[in-house]
Amino acid sequence: MTSAPIEIRSAPHVQSAKTVETIMRNVVYSLLPICAFYVFQYGISALASIAVVTGACLLTERFFVRTGTQAGRLSDYSAVITGLLLALTLPPGFPLWMGAVAGIVAIALGKALFGGIGFNVFNPALIGRAFVQAAFPTAIATYTPSFLPGRFTEFIPSTLAWPLMIPADATAWLKAKNLDALAGATPLAKWKFDGVLVNADELLTSLSGNMAVGPSPLLILLCGAYLASRRYMDWRIPLAVLGSAALTAWLLFAFDPARYPNPFFMLFSGGLILGAVYMATDMATSPVTPKGMWVYGALIGLLTVVIRYYSGLPEGVMYAILIANAASPLIEKITQPVPFGRGVLDRVKKRATYPLNPGYISREEASAVTPKKRFLPNKPKK
Amino acid sequence: MNTAQYKTWDEFTEGIWRQNPVFVMVLGMCPVLAVSVSAVNALSMGLATMFVLVCSCGLVSLLRRMVPKEVRIAVYIVIIATFVTAVDYAIQAISLALYDALGAFIQLIVVNCIILGRAEAHASKNPPLPAMLNAAGMGIGFAVGLFALGAVREILGAGTLFGITLFGASFQPWVIMVLPPGGFFVLGAWLLFFAWLERRKLRRAAPTTEAGQHV
Amino acid sequence: MSDQPSSDKKVIPIAVAAGEAAVPESPTGAMIRTLGLVSAICGLIIVGAYQGTYDAVAANKRIATERAVFKVLPKAKSIEEFVAQAGGGIARVGAGDTAIAAGAVKFFAAYDDAGKLAGIAAEGVGKGYADNVRIMFGYQPDCQCVVGIGVVAMRETPGIGDKIITDREFLANFTALDVKLKADLSALANEVKVVKRGSKTDPWQIDAIAGATITSRAVGKAINDSAQALLPRLVPKLDTLATKS
Repeated sequence: MTSAPIEIRSAPHVQSAKTVETIMRNVVYSLLPICAFYVFQYGISALASIAVVTGACLLTERFFVRTGTQAGRLSDYSAVITGLLLALTLPPGFPLWMGAVAGIVAIALGKALFGGIGFNVFNPALIGRAFVQAAFPTAIATYTPSFLPGRFTEFIPSTLAWPLMIPADATAWLKAKNLDALAGATPLAKWKFDGVLVNADELLTSLSGNMAVGPSPLLILLCGAYLASRRYMDWRIPLAVLGSAALTAWLLFAFDPARYPNPFFMLFSGGLILGAVYMATDMATSPVTPKGMWVYGALIGLLTVVIRYYSGLPEGVMYAILIANAASPLIEKITQPVPFGRGVLDRVKKRATYPLNPGYISREEASAVTPKKRFLPNKPKK
Repeated sequence: MNTAQYKTWDEFTEGIWRQNPVFVMVLGMCPVLAVSVSAVNALSMGLATMFVLVCSCGLVSLLRRMVPKEVRIAVYIVIIATFVTAVDYAIQAISLALYDALGAFIQLIVVNCIILGRAEAHASKNPPLPAMLNAAGMGIGFAVGLFALGAVREILGAGTLFGITLFGASFQPWVIMVLPPGGFFVLGAWLLFFAWLERRKLRRAAPTTEAGQHV
Repeated sequence: MSDQPSSDKKVIPIAVAAGEAAVPESPTGAMIRTLGLVSAICGLIIVGAYQGTYDAVAANKRIATERAVFKVLPKAKSIEEFVAQAGGGIARVGAGDTAIAAGAVKFFAAYDDAGKLAGIAAEGVGKGYADNVRIMFGYQPDCQCVVGIGVVAMRETPGIGDKIITDREFLANFTALDVKLKADLSALANEVKVVKRGSKTDPWQIDAIAGATITSRAVGKAINDSAQALLPRLVPKLDTLATKS
């Protein structure tokens, strides 16, 4: 009999040259200037921290790929991204052995446990950071000021702590450099615990000396703009995160300027820019629907500001992103686009729902033969 | 009945290894996760549970012929609650600090499913001696499981074992290990370890069974 | 062992068919007898355990309280328990009394070797980071100040919040923390306040621990609340406590 030349296949129907590896490699390229700036700020301690954390991530990944418990390959660069991002979120003088613990936990608990690249529910770098934050709360809150003299020849004392041992106290070391202990507090901690506000323009470039800040938000935004322009990253999520954080902070600032800092301080302090551009946009852990991306980003921005204002912690980006990661399957579900042929306002009839996981495909007989002739003239080449 | 006699030893070891309540049956997780902050707490909790287990199984077994089916659960619970109360007093008498550390989990031994499970599944059908031996095995298994968690959490979380400093004064404690998440992480790690052991055993056993050896 | 399951099989269908009353194996009388017997055995065991441990438990409790009081008042050698009643009186608490009237505040009077008052110890509660922080503080009538604190119970983050028992600089706040009363003895002259580390100027202020501000505040609030409630009632009656009764 002549059966209709219809091919039943699942998406994707159109392929491009973009592979996971290309995307990941480009993300790594875009991270390199940020890492270079970070090293420029903090010297060899930052370099050692980046090397050790990334190395720990790669070795753990290799172990789990070798034992066959995890999908993916070592050469897909995803572990490098995890390592670099994790190192950038840790304080520059973070003891190297703790950094290694963070890297191992990030890959083992954040990724391998779920089955490898693409299966993880939470951003692996943030899992690693959350673990060390809970395990070593003192060390992770100990920052050192940037642009110290002699940073390229001398390690920050806490960096070289022996494994399992308490890192050296940086207070005396800072005193020898004629800096008070408060110089080691992040702008957010200073604002939260001491009521000292740093100017937003200083934060934007991170170039003014002796501040305990991460890489310049301006640089991160530029690198993110490169990724977005090459379509390696969706621009909606960072925009939604920053917009929602700015809006929430601005509303509160308008409500009581004496109690709440201005929105620019909120945007440029802490890890909000880095989180918005590089962590919230992790493809495996964020929604795929455009509407969902807006909701997801807005949730992160709102939670960040709420945690910063109303909790005991000075910084809230990490938990905000982790919570939004957990919510993203739900967001994805409720923001499913309306199927073709049905108006936006046209409510779906009660029994005529469009199933998310079309059961009718699996209910087809297993013996059904896929027609050989293809319907699409421009069929993708294998 | 005569099979029961040479099965007695088997019944004793069953709870320690093959049917370990923590690592194999994953029962009674509430106290396991909550009180395994230190080795002492874990071991005391394990011993308290074991005492209740052995005594209540012994009494249930003694009374097994005269307890009507309809009221058996009520009888078991009354018996278990009795011994829990006794243990509660005993721990208060031994050390108030320990009593505070274990908190409500001593009283909650009553609802530990291992104990009711043993009473219902084993003690109510066997004479006192095998019943108590089996219960003792289960209790030891539970205590060992708790201790395995408590020791790891104390070593990493405080750098001590039974209060003895292991790494010197400058040890950096892993705070997360004495917090609730640490309990889950360590339990998960142990379960992973035993799953790996099991798989390795199966892999090794596979060629020998083909060669005709008995597993 | 072998006959048990088979009897099960026989019993259950009958029970379902004829109703519970008609089950021959377990008449109501037997059930009541069994339950009665089990209850009697269990009651005996509990009473035995209670009697056997009563003295040890009471001794333990006393030692624990004494240890907490002696820690904040090192000169003390023995303690007596009192309550400051809502109306203003002070009453001694006997060994058996556990119920405390509403509004009453419990405190301990500590005496030295010679039977003279060595200080007053009381408990206070403040909301910490994780849960309530319960502390015991020692009050010295001579200087009208707090001379020491100890933690009774807390669940603060190890390594951060629990610095309140290890941080020397923080504990130095409590060598002579001023809790003087106003002239009319109605309330504290100056509220106990927790301030940022390094900005303590007055003897009634407490330097917070950097990074553990919330826990430090909990301690300050615990002392303040407890002192506000206790001292106005206690100070007028201090004479009655001067020597051990």
